[in-house]
Amino acid sequence: MAEENKVKLLGFWVSPYVRRVELALKLKGIPYEYVEEDLKNKSSLLLKYNPVSKKVPVLVHNGKPLTESLVILEYIDETWKNGPPLLPQDPYKRAQIRFWASFVHQQLFETWLSVLKSDGEVQEKALKEVLEKLSALEEGIKNIFPEGIQIIEHENVGLLDIVMISVFGPYKVHEEVLGLKLIDPEKTPLLFSWLTALLEIPVVKDSLPPHEKLVGVLKFIRHNALNPTSA
Amino acid sequence: MGEVKLHGTWPSAFSYRVIWSLKLKGVPYEYIEDLSNKSSLLLQLNPVHKKIPVLVHDGKPICESLIILEYIEEIWPHNPLLPTDPYERALARFWLKFAEEKCPAMWIAYRTSGEEQEKALKDTLEMLRAIEEHGLVGKKYFGGEKIGMVDIAFGQIAQWLGVIEEIVGVKLLEPQTFPRLHTWIKNFKEVPVIKENLPDRDEMLVVYKRLRERLLTSP
Repeated sequence: MAEENKVKLLGFWVSPYVRRVELALKLKGIPYEYVEEDLKNKSSLLLKYNPVSKKVPVLVHNGKPLTESLVILEYIDETWKNGPPLLPQDPYKRAQIRFWASFVHQQLFETWLSVLKSDGEVQEKALKEVLEKLSALEEGIKNIFPEGIQIIEHENVGLLDIVMISVFGPYKVHEEVLGLKLIDPEKTPLLFSWLTALLEIPVVKDSLPPHEKLVGVLKFIRHNALNPTSA
Repeated sequence: MGEVKLHGTWPSAFSYRVIWSLKLKGVPYEYIEDLSNKSSLLLQLNPVHKKIPVLVHDGKPICESLIILEYIEEIWPHNPLLPTDPYERALARFWLKFAEEKCPAMWIAYRTSGEEQEKALKDTLEMLRAIEEHGLVGKKYFGGEKIGMVDIAFGQIAQWLGVIEEIVGVKLLEPQTFPRLHTWIKNFKEVPVIKENLPDRDEMLVVYKRLRERLLTSP
């Protein structure tokens, strides 16, 4: 039976989209082969498996490729029934999880990238938007964690936790690179305790890229964005 | 099964996604036209995005059209709009994500001008090419022999894109360049539930022309 479950993941270590798939595989205890892609020199394998967007992550299960991290997470949940479920059973709760996962994945992440890649007034505006969206998230997840958050067990880590960690797990790196507070325990106490609780779980903590390495990459990305002709 | 209400705005393509899904599954619902688009009821139901459509089932609001479609699929699983096989489902969801990310380009083309519009038109063409080359090969509908959630998600291309093309004065979907898509549009609009629930093209032209003028002249 083991040969019937060959899983390969094409990825790039900086990508939060890739990190979330890896975390899901690890949480479910699914063995996989990881292939690091050089995005400036994409492999023929990547181009074969994802001709539409040519992006990572690509999950290849028994030779069949899948792309789009959130789609992959739902596929993992539906295919490997052993291990903790990533989505709740109740359709309304599932809709809430999907809503906030999409919010973090698209809205929050994209606005945060604008903060990273800009300065001056543009950055100020983007930062204001990020903080507003973080407030909206803080409000919104009160329904998901009605009793607040103390400890999160390994088996209770779900899709939304995974998406949140993949984007904001390294928040201390973001704060260092940008010189500002992103996850303020006073302004967004629930988000702060949520991230803190998740980072206590070893497999989650290990999914974060090395601090210094990520600082270096983010500074590089920021520099290139602000000085396009000097690349 | 509980009371179902749909808050929408005519002729929003996103409202129609939900209407088509509910009708394909024979789910009775009450439609509430959200006239001002920022009514206090809407702000209560969708405080985050403040947009229609919002489905309210048993008093509980669900927002974002594609999330609503997945919810409808789970509550009323008969006449399935998604494949049952997890891999096929994941492929369908890829296209749903693609529609979510790429369809906005045609609306940006509609409400902008100059360089921004040029880029949006280019993005829309790219989207159409990807669908033509990879989405419809050997299939009558995205869903196979019957329409599914992906067809519904791309429904904007079947009717709204033509209106945008006319208003903006640019033809993007030429039948010779996009034969598969062209055939799909014909087939899609012939499905009885879709045929009976398409906004009138001339009426749409009036509304969208007027709205565009307001958008382009507003400060």
